[in-house]
Amino acid sequence: MIIRSRVRSGMFVVLFAVVFASVAVAETAEEKGLRIAQEADRRDQGFGDWRAELKMVLGNRQGESSVRELRMQGLESSDAKDGDRSMIVFEKPRDVKGTALLTYTHVLDSDDQWLYLPALKRVKRISSNNKSGPFMGSEFAYEDFTSQEVLKYSYKWLRDEACGDLQCFVVERVPQYENSGYTRQLGWIDQAEYRMQRIDFFDRKDALLKTLNLKDYRRYLDQYWRSHDLFMENHQTGKTTRLEWSDYEFRVGLNEDDFTQARLKRVR
Amino acid sequence: MKVCWSLCLWFALSIASASPLVAEEEEVDEPGEVAGAPAGWLSLLPSPRSVVPGDLRGFLAIESRVFFHEEQFAGQRQDSGIFSLLTQPEWYFDWNDGDDSILFTPFFRYDSVDPERTHFDIREFYYLHVGDDWEVRAGIGQVFWGVTESQHLIDIVNQWDSVEDLDREDKLGQPMVHGTLIRDLGNFEVLVMSGFRERTFPGARGRLRPPFVVDQDAAIFESDLDQAQVDVVGRWSHTLGDFDVALYHFYGTNRDPSFVPDLQGETIRLLPHYSVINQTAVEAQYTGPDLLLKLEAYGRDGEGSYRAAFVAGFEYTLVGLCDTAADLGLVSEFHFDSQDGRNLGVPYNPFERDLFVGFRLTKNDVQSSALLAGVIVDVDDGGRYWTVEASRRLWDSFKLEIDLRLFDDIPGEDFASSLLKDDFIQARLAWYF
Repeated sequence: MIIRSRVRSGMFVVLFAVVFASVAVAETAEEKGLRIAQEADRRDQGFGDWRAELKMVLGNRQGESSVRELRMQGLESSDAKDGDRSMIVFEKPRDVKGTALLTYTHVLDSDDQWLYLPALKRVKRISSNNKSGPFMGSEFAYEDFTSQEVLKYSYKWLRDEACGDLQCFVVERVPQYENSGYTRQLGWIDQAEYRMQRIDFFDRKDALLKTLNLKDYRRYLDQYWRSHDLFMENHQTGKTTRLEWSDYEFRVGLNEDDFTQARLKRVR
Repeated sequence: MKVCWSLCLWFALSIASASPLVAEEEEVDEPGEVAGAPAGWLSLLPSPRSVVPGDLRGFLAIESRVFFHEEQFAGQRQDSGIFSLLTQPEWYFDWNDGDDSILFTPFFRYDSVDPERTHFDIREFYYLHVGDDWEVRAGIGQVFWGVTESQHLIDIVNQWDSVEDLDREDKLGQPMVHGTLIRDLGNFEVLVMSGFRERTFPGARGRLRPPFVVDQDAAIFESDLDQAQVDVVGRWSHTLGDFDVALYHFYGTNRDPSFVPDLQGETIRLLPHYSVINQTAVEAQYTGPDLLLKLEAYGRDGEGSYRAAFVAGFEYTLVGLCDTAADLGLVSEFHFDSQDGRNLGVPYNPFERDLFVGFRLTKNDVQSSALLAGVIVDVDDGGRYWTVEASRRLWDSFKLEIDLRLFDDIPGEDFASSLLKDDFIQARLAWYF
């Protein structure tokens, strides 16, 4: 699969050179936005499989906080039209310890999701239209968590501006999948490495809902950048969620057998 | 819209009764530390996880049941279930990179009134080996099959631990060898079981029982081998796009007993009778964007006359109710059973021609507040069984569950009418470690 992805990446480069050369003269804001998203996606292809640990710190206006811990692993799809597979295992709070969620992402269709409930030893297929719902009571929605395929949004480049020490593209993206909680998002993508630095989320009434700041980027396998500190702030409720990723590992040898219902039943 | 708001208001009231409780300390990353314990007193307890190798988790809970009516049968106590203590630790150890593992899950309940409800069970104690596309478990295990919510009709492997609860979700550990083969055509499972487990029943002092006490230790078996009878089941399950389907055939001792009255001196007791059956069952679920359709059905031979039963229904989810984060799931399921429900000589199922209507409200908040409420109505005689389950996390490691069960208007000729005076409310506070 990795080999195939590399071939595909290679083809992408050729394709890009051709496309870019022919349209660079008169590129619309939409085309430029899409090109930025495609370039960011291209740079992030071929990692194969991965796993990592995640700590979520949920805070409210009163300054109270609460912690969730989970483990996540994923498998990159070899099909550009289809999304990745992932498994999330909950560690804390302890009453949900051992609960696990298996997801087969689809770009525009609903995802397939199975939930494992350890107290009953029950695997339950669940409907996945709940894209806008909060993930574990946090300020992250399910849709903020799933893989960000290019085809999930339409794009429009707005401007270039400084973002911290870096220079960023500011790109507006509009969800193309159903049941999104957002009318649009504004993304700040740095021009050096095409990493998302900040996202503003606008709710269904087009009011500013949340801002996500992504920090502490670290590079893996000399290519793949991952933020280890994501801070989401809800402007309407004052609630916050900080995601702290740790122990990232890539190409650990996971395959499709690690993302099955049978595997879900014996998850630890 | 008006309905929507009144629902929201009602839910808000039900949740608001408890003030927001969020842990204030959470920096702890040390294994074994009790995170967010109130006032820190729990951190004085020795950490179970640092003492043993492998992974130890589980819960310890106190529970109290209060019955609304006075007892109706000789020997029963009003305060049955008034205080209970229960625990279910789970110990896991693996080697060979997780390809080999052992899981041990004992369970114990102490009930202050009914000695039959005070009991110990090994829920699980098995060795698991995992290959590339196969796995084998050997030992005492727990298996859940089925898709519906209001009854677990086809879930046959484990015996029901009926003194625990009425929902059939607490089950006794079953000795077995369980092999699974994972193929493109689906998962193929074979289970070979022996060491039959007899259903638990409340004792003379217990509530939620028939007028006569069931003597669970004096069971009669159709099989000459008694509990040593070997049960076999083969099952195929598969996911085809939006459909999940499964089919099994079971041969062995029936988990559902019929009853034989037995006169002992002046008193009548009931002896459970377990026949040998062949049962073929199917389960199916369609998963749409908002709608789930579900079916469970079986055909059973060996109880005298052939028996067929099914549960079929739907679950519809309203996401983001009234612009909040809450979800509302509407559930309705119809139950059918061809049994002769007036005959002690066949295993009794209260849901002959019954309709379940209910909802599940999930607040999606920090405390994972949830409310499940519903009623099962007998469409023939109008008898009703109401159930409400509310749950909420407290601090970081505690959970409070409150269950209400009401029996309403069940006519005297229905066996379930013996539960008419057994309406109860139950609270359980569990500490998870």
